Amino acid sequence: MSEQAASLRAPTRTPAFEARLKKRYAAERRFRIAGIAAIGFSIFVLAFLLVTMALNGIGGFQRAELTVPIDFTEAGLAGDRTSLAGTAGMQSLENQGLPEVVAFFAEQSLGEEAAAELGESAWREVAEAIIADPALLQREAVFELPATSDLAGGLSGEGSPEMQALAAQLAERGQLEKNFDIGFLQRSDATDPQQAGIWGALKGSMLTMIVTLLLAFPIGVMAALYLEEYAPKNRWTDIIELSINNLAAVPSIIFGLLGLAVFLTIFPNLRSAPLIGGMTLALMTLPVIVISGRNAIKAVPPSIRDGALAIGASPIQVVFHHVLPLALPGILTGTIIGMARALGETAPLLMIGMRVFVASPPEDFTSAATVLPMQIFLWSDEIDRGFVERTSAAIIVLLLFLLVMNGLAIYLRNKFEKKW
Amino acid sequence: MSVTLLLLLVLGFGLAGWLAARARAWSFQRREGVRAMKALPTYHAWYVALWIVIPAIVFVVAWSTIAPQLVVQHVLASPAAASLPESGFLRDSMLAEARAVATGAASAVHNQDAADLVEPFREAIRRYALIGIALTMLIGFIGGAWSFLRLRPDFTARTRVERTVMTLLLLASLVAILTTFGIVVSLVFETIRFFGMVSPIDFLFGTHWGPNPMSGADNPDPTRYGAIPLFWGTIFIGAIIAMIVAIPLGLMSAIYLTQYARPAVRSWIKPALEILAGVPTVVYGYFAALTIAPAIRDIAISLGASNPSSESALAAGLVMGVMIIPFVSSMADDSIAAVPQAMRDGSLAMGATTSETIRRVLVPAALPGIVAGIMLAISRAIGETMIVVMAASTAANLSANPLESMTTVTVQIVAMLTGEASTEHHTTLSAFALGFVLFMVTLALNFIALRVVKRFREAYE
Repeated sequence: MSEQAASLRAPTRTPAFEARLKKRYAAERRFRIAGIAAIGFSIFVLAFLLVTMALNGIGGFQRAELTVPIDFTEAGLAGDRTSLAGTAGMQSLENQGLPEVVAFFAEQSLGEEAAAELGESAWREVAEAIIADPALLQREAVFELPATSDLAGGLSGEGSPEMQALAAQLAERGQLEKNFDIGFLQRSDATDPQQAGIWGALKGSMLTMIVTLLLAFPIGVMAALYLEEYAPKNRWTDIIELSINNLAAVPSIIFGLLGLAVFLTIFPNLRSAPLIGGMTLALMTLPVIVISGRNAIKAVPPSIRDGALAIGASPIQVVFHHVLPLALPGILTGTIIGMARALGETAPLLMIGMRVFVASPPEDFTSAATVLPMQIFLWSDEIDRGFVERTSAAIIVLLLFLLVMNGLAIYLRNKFEKKW
Repeated sequence: MSVTLLLLLVLGFGLAGWLAARARAWSFQRREGVRAMKALPTYHAWYVALWIVIPAIVFVVAWSTIAPQLVVQHVLASPAAASLPESGFLRDSMLAEARAVATGAASAVHNQDAADLVEPFREAIRRYALIGIALTMLIGFIGGAWSFLRLRPDFTARTRVERTVMTLLLLASLVAILTTFGIVVSLVFETIRFFGMVSPIDFLFGTHWGPNPMSGADNPDPTRYGAIPLFWGTIFIGAIIAMIVAIPLGLMSAIYLTQYARPAVRSWIKPALEILAGVPTVVYGYFAALTIAPAIRDIAISLGASNPSSESALAAGLVMGVMIIPFVSSMADDSIAAVPQAMRDGSLAMGATTSETIRRVLVPAALPGIVAGIMLAISRAIGETMIVVMAASTAANLSANPLESMTTVTVQIVAMLTGEASTEHHTTLSAFALGFVLFMVTLALNFIALRVVKRFREAYE
């Protein structure tokens, strides 16, 4: 009797049903967990990547330096502010035997064995200090000079046992330590990881980005305005739209082939110049700017256009006085995202010869240059432990730049995004 | 020659014209009254400025492409060039060296014979720089003077300026067509030259890839240009291994974010996925080569694999898959969001659980869009360069073992073009042929995918 009443109250709640329901809920939970796991995996990989780079990169911002006191009063070097000005100063100090002076004092304070491990161009840093302040020549000063990469490896517990022992001995006496190396951001590429820096590549990246921005932004905005506001609905417009959509999906290496076949044929002297790199990247960035620009223009409500037209503005005035200013934040967001992608791009620049060893920062748009991602690629081929750290440090700098750009884009989007 | 200087000069000239024309239009306005004016003074100003700037900039761009050739011709005509070798590599390198010294890019010549050419070069560069500045100023002046003299109170400056602006907008949008055209022409041209040496049949169906950059430039060995191993490597890494990683993870991420996650969680996870998409490929490549590839090799050895490669296809494919996850996720996100809410509500109202609704209703309804998204993801994966250049090998290998080393089309393009071979050599041309195949395949994938997406959107609107 009571059983019958129960089944009348809930006629479907049979034991078979309960079992099925349990199974379905279990499937629901499993599905949900799979979703969380998928996202968790992506986040984990991102975190793992960033942590690996950060751990390796910390060493890249440092270098092993030997402490060398130099008493210039004994050295007998001469010079004052005028005679040491410019490149002549370095030459004059070299002729007066500064390298030997540095080597002598290094030997005195560190011992013969350790002095041999002083970096080859260490004296240049002493010379730069003297040129900056010639009064140094009248007194005694203590310098922190770069060690060779062998000794630096020894300090990190790698390389030959002798070198490790020497490094440990020097470190105990406080004459060898790892210091933060501001010069990493000021020097250019070098064969010795202790001497390598990223300023050359960074400057090359900036020059390239300037060219890209100057070409892609105006052309992209103009094309977006034309397609969204004026283009008649006909076959030509369809072809333009189709080619923009296709260009947005063409692999970046194809743009490199275009740059090689077209730009380098027209300008054969400008191999590996930021100008050519910037032009190639501009073609790649253009579709991104056009597509995001069109979306931003589309978001401006038609009532604005109608209002302007109604009080007598010409179609050009409507667009340039009203639509463009309102769409500009959206266009800028798209531009920054496109530029961030261009900044991280390597493959097309490989094709046009920006894979070069550049020991001094590029002077202008036509001198040989490399860019930051290319510098990472070049260093990643080196076997030296020092370069592994330098590569990771360069990656951190690149990621910081990209983070700032993307952050700016998100900020712009949130601040100026309007719901009409 | 400093083009920047010339451009600044042109802009300064344009500004001067702008100010002068506006002053003149104001004087008209004061003399004859506002009603007599057919356009605002600013439009008169812009009219003159455009007439100065546009012809001058066109000239500067054209000049900067032809001036270097004129300089070389001038140098060759000088008596010092008489001692140059007739033709070939030595002649080019001597000219390049002398130019480098003359422009200050190098401090001294390596080859003593080039030293005599430095002075003629310096002289020619100075001479043509002066000619360039003079001609630019002349053209700017003529344009400015002609347009300035046309200004009248009843001059319809606005319509003329607007017509020019419209033309500029149209030209800007034609750049896209020009780029596509440029890509097709440059690829087709070199590909045809390559197929003149190696038959397309050998190229597309041969199974041995091993171009020899040292062999003679005229008689390539067609049996060394079989691209099947490259196509297989590309498909295996980009379309199989990477997709095995990216499709389930990307799809599940999108489903969780759109259907389960609270808005607060979503607003944090989505930017994180965007960061994953924004990491440069060279960083992924470094990560693959430094961390993933050795790890896979160690795991394979501990599992008893004999002699696994340290440049395995698996490492490159896995990292590429991770790179593609955000892409698949955002495409799937869009497709699922496009399914009408009524279908979801109907399914839930019938008593289906959320996961049943997703699996039986939402995903089947969004399937065309998801498939199109996957096609776009594949086209991106097979065109990806840096990850495979850094993590995959250059040895062509026709194998289905993911632990073996393999090479891809993009790796070979880079390898062929960053070598020392000249632009006429068949190894260089083969890179363009590979690029052409890559371009056509990605184009086809995109074209089909965009058609599918379009038809799918229309079905629900």
